[in-house]
Amino acid sequence: MKKVYAFEKNCLGCGLCEVYCKTAHSKSKDIIKTYRKENITSAIVIEEILSPKAKTYFALQCRHCADPKCVKACISGAMYKDQNGIVKNIKEKCVGCLSCVLVCPFGAVKRNKDKERKIISKCDLCIETGTPACVENCPNNALKLMDEEEVK
Amino acid sequence: MSISLITPQFEVLRDEKKCIQCKVCVKQCANEVHRYDEEDNVVLADDAKCVNCHRCVVLCPTKALKIRNNSLEFRDNANWNGKAINEIFIQAETGGILLSSMGNPKPFPIYWDKMLLNASQVTNPSIDPLREPMETKVMIGRKPKKLEFDKKGKLITEIPPQIELNMPIMFSAMSYGSISKNAHEALARAAEKLGIVYNTGEGGLHKDFYKYGKNTIVQVASGRFGVHLNYLEAGVAIEIKMGQGAKPGIGGHLPGIKVGEDVSATRMIPVGADAISPAPHHDIYSIEDLSQLIFSLKEATNYKKPVLVKIAAVNNVAAIASGIARAGADAIIIDGFRGGTGAAPTRVRDNVGIPIELALAAVDQRLRDEGIRNEVSIVCAGSVRNSSDIVKAIALGADAVYIGSAALIAIGCHMCHSCSTGKCNWGIATQEAELVKRLNPDLAYQKLVNLLSAWNHEIKEMLGGMGINAIDSLRGNRLMLRGVGLNQKELDILGIKHAGE
Repeated sequence: MKKVYAFEKNCLGCGLCEVYCKTAHSKSKDIIKTYRKENITSAIVIEEILSPKAKTYFALQCRHCADPKCVKACISGAMYKDQNGIVKNIKEKCVGCLSCVLVCPFGAVKRNKDKERKIISKCDLCIETGTPACVENCPNNALKLMDEEEVK
Repeated sequence: MSISLITPQFEVLRDEKKCIQCKVCVKQCANEVHRYDEEDNVVLADDAKCVNCHRCVVLCPTKALKIRNNSLEFRDNANWNGKAINEIFIQAETGGILLSSMGNPKPFPIYWDKMLLNASQVTNPSIDPLREPMETKVMIGRKPKKLEFDKKGKLITEIPPQIELNMPIMFSAMSYGSISKNAHEALARAAEKLGIVYNTGEGGLHKDFYKYGKNTIVQVASGRFGVHLNYLEAGVAIEIKMGQGAKPGIGGHLPGIKVGEDVSATRMIPVGADAISPAPHHDIYSIEDLSQLIFSLKEATNYKKPVLVKIAAVNNVAAIASGIARAGADAIIIDGFRGGTGAAPTRVRDNVGIPIELALAAVDQRLRDEGIRNEVSIVCAGSVRNSSDIVKAIALGADAVYIGSAALIAIGCHMCHSCSTGKCNWGIATQEAELVKRLNPDLAYQKLVNLLSAWNHEIKEMLGGMGINAIDSLRGNRLMLRGVGLNQKELDILGIKHAGE
């Protein structure tokens, strides 16, 4: 199964992956409207090491674990692993208990900032569009969609 | 100093309707122009720090940014223009010489743009390079006066060592130190892929790049940085740098701040030490001395590698080139006054040297007149911008060209002329690890391969148009050129006729 891999040696920490992740998961699909009118939590986050004067960056998002703890912890059945191995979250079923946020060993599941309804936000590999928006728009090829064998 | 009189060169225009405060510009500007004000949720800019490198403009996801020349106008004055005034302000404040980077930006004539190429019509057929064979391979090195064969038709003349190039283009010398390791890697890998060569510059050869030896020219300059036997034997040729088009008569100075662990090991100097290249080679004060170094290097490498000599195009370039040919060089590189540099005194960059087109024509003519043109190859350097410049250079007599600035532009350089600051936002002219990684060699090398493949294709198209099917048939074929808007003296030096003649 292909996942998004982050290559720290190429990551600039520019944050464009976050911008395009939010836009891809917005209703409008327009960058400016997404930022102005929709309150979306990016499923990919640039982590800085040696803050505040960061020297190393890497982009962090869901690893789509083989044995996902978030799925086990989910109390409503919203989180599940589909037949392709992608860990998905059904928004309608999510009750916002944040158990998945608590158990994710990578900190890759986030609470949505949406004030209307507390649910979670995580990487869905942009299944609808084909290529993840973060991979497509990374200016330095620091994010790649690969399967485990390609990485090796 | 109370108040600075220096006014910002550029202004940063931010379209607030488009800005989404994503802070990409803040994170990407090494000059710290942009800053985010949390209290007002607004991104602000300090115009004075901007060098107009376009990093923020290109990365801004909503294209909310534009950089303009500062609209602050001094009173109209053709003589005392804003630049002249600001330069005085700077020197009055700093007391230092003005520093610049890249090539001469002044509006001197560009002779490439005053020459036009011929094409076949009716009486001789043009050639379609997509259907018929077309040769752009060239060999750089000394050629024998004649070829002798034994009775069986086997060649008995010994052919001196040559550099084989798939196209008449090489990447010019840019040292590790002046440019980043990633930039060097991109150049080396592209040269390997394209079957051409790149040049180490005077900063030695990084241990990781010895594997690209077949596509490397190693340089020996006045500082002798990183020169040892393995280094001399690493490449396909050795280049002695006597001069550089951007700063003829001037040495180099890589500030200690750029000499980190890696650069230090490669240059064989202490970490943090300034790397000073003297203006002259301290062992070369005559053609005979140069000859001694040429043959020392040939001796050291068992006469297996051509030795090239690079000079800046200056007043008596033809006579100098003749001397170099007689001194035993296998190729002469002539670097015109528009050639780039990581750092040069502004006054030298802008006022010393002569146009490459005139120098090239003069050197080729002189060597032909003296009957020694076969003894050296001529490489044209100093702002070759595109494939038609290359075709014109070859018609004027060059064997190949060097490209430096064009190669850097291909991998992201936006010609902001700020290499000397070491804060290149594109990861090219910097040694700061955080900036260097912005240049991904995997992407950059592909861009170089794309650019030169395209140029090679264009060269073939232009050759075909002239009814020529090999680049060797164009060399020195000045009848393929016509001048426009040139005076008789210029035409005479270029050795070409005026359009219509």
